[in-house]
Amino acid sequence: MKERTIDKLDALEAQSVYILREAYREFKNLAMLWSIGKDSTVLLWLARKAFFGHVPFPLVHIDTSFKIPAMIAYRDKLARDWKLNMVVGQNKAALEAKRTFPAGAIDRISCCKALKTEALKHTLAGDWPRMRLNHQTGQYEVDKNTEPYTGVIVGARADEEGSRSKERYFSPRDRNNDWDVGDQPPELWNQFKTDFAPGTHLRIHPLLDWTELNIWEYIEREHIPIIDLYFDQGDGQRYRSLGCYPCTTPVESTAKSVTEIVEELRSGKFANIAERSGRAQDKDDGGGLETLRRDGYM
Amino acid sequence: MKKREQMNVVIVGHVDHGKSTVIGRLLADTGALPEGKLEAVKANCERNAKPFEYAFLLDALKDEQSQGITIDTARCFFKSAARDYIIIDAPGHIEFLKNMVTGAARAEAAILVIDAHEGIRENSKRHGYMMSFLGIKNITVCVNKMDLVDYSEKKFLAIKDEFTRFLEEIKVTPEHVIPISAREGENIAELSDKMPWYKGADLLRALDSFRKAAPRHALPFRFPLQDVYKFTAQGDDRRIFAGRIETGSVKVGDEVVFMPSQKRSQVTSLEAFNRPKPTEAFAGESAGFCVDTQVYVRPGEVVCKVSERSPHISTKFKANIFWMGKQPLVKGKTYKLKVATQQVPVVLREIISVLDASELSSISNKEVIDRHDVAECVLETLKPVAFDEVTSIPETGRFVIVDNYEISGGGIILSPIFDEQSMIKDQLKERDLQWERSDISPEQRAQRYGHRSALVVIVGPAETGKVKIAKKLEQELFTAGQNAYFLGIANATLRGEDNSNDRILNKMRHIRQLGELSHLFTDAGMVLIATISDVDEHELKTLKSLNLPHKTLTVNVGENRFASEQVDLGLAENDDTALAVQKIMEMVKREVITGTDEFMI
Repeated sequence: MKERTIDKLDALEAQSVYILREAYREFKNLAMLWSIGKDSTVLLWLARKAFFGHVPFPLVHIDTSFKIPAMIAYRDKLARDWKLNMVVGQNKAALEAKRTFPAGAIDRISCCKALKTEALKHTLAGDWPRMRLNHQTGQYEVDKNTEPYTGVIVGARADEEGSRSKERYFSPRDRNNDWDVGDQPPELWNQFKTDFAPGTHLRIHPLLDWTELNIWEYIEREHIPIIDLYFDQGDGQRYRSLGCYPCTTPVESTAKSVTEIVEELRSGKFANIAERSGRAQDKDDGGGLETLRRDGYM
Repeated sequence: MKKREQMNVVIVGHVDHGKSTVIGRLLADTGALPEGKLEAVKANCERNAKPFEYAFLLDALKDEQSQGITIDTARCFFKSAARDYIIIDAPGHIEFLKNMVTGAARAEAAILVIDAHEGIRENSKRHGYMMSFLGIKNITVCVNKMDLVDYSEKKFLAIKDEFTRFLEEIKVTPEHVIPISAREGENIAELSDKMPWYKGADLLRALDSFRKAAPRHALPFRFPLQDVYKFTAQGDDRRIFAGRIETGSVKVGDEVVFMPSQKRSQVTSLEAFNRPKPTEAFAGESAGFCVDTQVYVRPGEVVCKVSERSPHISTKFKANIFWMGKQPLVKGKTYKLKVATQQVPVVLREIISVLDASELSSISNKEVIDRHDVAECVLETLKPVAFDEVTSIPETGRFVIVDNYEISGGGIILSPIFDEQSMIKDQLKERDLQWERSDISPEQRAQRYGHRSALVVIVGPAETGKVKIAKKLEQELFTAGQNAYFLGIANATLRGEDNSNDRILNKMRHIRQLGELSHLFTDAGMVLIATISDVDEHELKTLKSLNLPHKTLTVNVGENRFASEQVDLGLAENDDTALAVQKIMEMVKREVITGTDEFMI
């Protein structure tokens, strides 16, 4: 009998696609978070795989206004090219009052809480304005849909840091977005928690089993267009993880292509250095991100 | 470059027998720790004036460190020369059994750790039993903390013999039983010189010797349908049946049958994104295909090949269940069963025996299945399901049970039960027993009212104007002097806009309520009119049997998704309401009004 062998990336892809389809069937108000980074861009690509070229739910981006400007340009280009239902949320009050770390008003953790966690919470709940891309005009307009999203697809990976390694594929959050890590639902044989009490919602993690290396290998295999901040532009530096520019530093690296990044991770200089080592807020949170994550940080 | 293989390994055992230490050691000795991690944890220990332990490497969460026990499944990554591993750390405490099961269900192999000093404890056995329940074939037993028993061969052999005997009883054969000291690193990544009497493999080599299960191409094709996609609004006219091939393979041209509805069609294309359309797809792939006829089925059906062995279709089966719910599993209550992608209401009919997994002793005469019990029992679904015995095709032979939003139990199907006894029949029998029948016969009523009784049920997809037709029909019949009543409550509650749990359980509940109500009205000699959206054949049949012995007239509006004998009148979706009502009136006259004269004889 003819056989096709399934390699590691095929198996990861098949599982992620399976999870995305389960989520799409079970959740009427479903959204996917897109941070513009490599992980959630792979996730977006997997959605196009799962739904045969379509992305049948909105993509939510939380814009802290401190994102590297190239990220916003890249976001809007892909949104147009791939006809994405693009939704953007922001903590306007904090930004207008300059209650931010870059403005010198608060520390890094408080800034993350205000610009990311709070903005995310209210954008998901629909009680702060959601700005939706109008493909006719190319402008963002206030979205009429203010229904809370009950299923939120997130690109978290188990290998990123301690708390994420304990996540479920379908992870419940209570009314306050809180995660009860001590009492998580069982998951077995591809049966996930898809039932939830009113007022609660589920976070869905299709990339849980992927490593940073898997992500880059997959980007290489599928030729996924990825933002060029990840590559050395000639100054011997590149970003390994993308965030807000005041709190994210590039790493020393001359990797100019996806292939060179794969090589660097597989056996080169980054084979044993944590990916988020360039993220300052992790260190301020004792290294585990758990304080931020319990409160709803992604 | 050769593609590296990856394997998921779960580590289980009684609390405090050293699972986290084993993992910490494996990570450290294979160079899998991020630079600076070991130093950071050591520094942290020094700051808090406590001795460093390898287990701390894993306890990434703050409250775990303070409690000193693993409460949830954590995953770590390491590599050997042979392959990449994901190691799943499962908690040993009984309180966290559901977390252990979650971790173990993802695994292809298991390491079971037993403390040499403390010996075999209840969760050593319970976890051993659960590994076999979950179908994990590759098992290695590590007798840990050998340093505490002076690396004594005698101690090791005593534990090895006792535990191997236990495993034999549950038909598990461990590949290796290894004496180790995780704290001292003995027999972990290399053979220890402290235990020269041990001639087997060290743990790392034992792991490398595990064989990966081959994808199951050779088994019959099983494709649990996840969804049917039609992205017409995006200019895509394909109607794609999407799911994952659990076993077997499928190619263009194959004759397929959807189970349990038994609808057939032929595969015309396999669909894909960002690669050429394949002509064949295999087990393990998330796939999608189109077929050559309009097949209307709900997600959850299992697609099979006509040429291959079919799954069983039944509403009853014998199963082994382990229960994790906060509330016990009780008889008579309706739960939700998820088997592959099917979701149906289910009831516990019979408890055959309950097993105490820590001692393997049977407890009979138990009336409920409590948390952490393992039980053999009979389950009955309210609709037919398609499944296989777990021993023939595990993917379609295991299930979970949802109670009050939570996955509360897992189970494996032992065998189907085919008998005439069903819940609907029981319900009808019960109704007849309880019912003091009127002395006035249906014929006498028909004579008085000038028509016989009937349920006119208007079915079809949602939003096809069924209610409008129903109300107009009531008007017309009333005006014509018939005893007609439009029952308007079912539709709103059946629309199913709340979450799926409620939708699936509520749908069956409402079909039954509607059936009982219909029977009351028809028994009283009336023409009852009701509408329901998106019912399938089984639900329609249930409704009809509940209305027996009285007549049910089925009108379908819009796309007809039923076999022809199920529908008495088909109407197009955009038919004019007046015309539609006229057609129904003609049928009603023919079926229930004319001929009533014959009763007058």
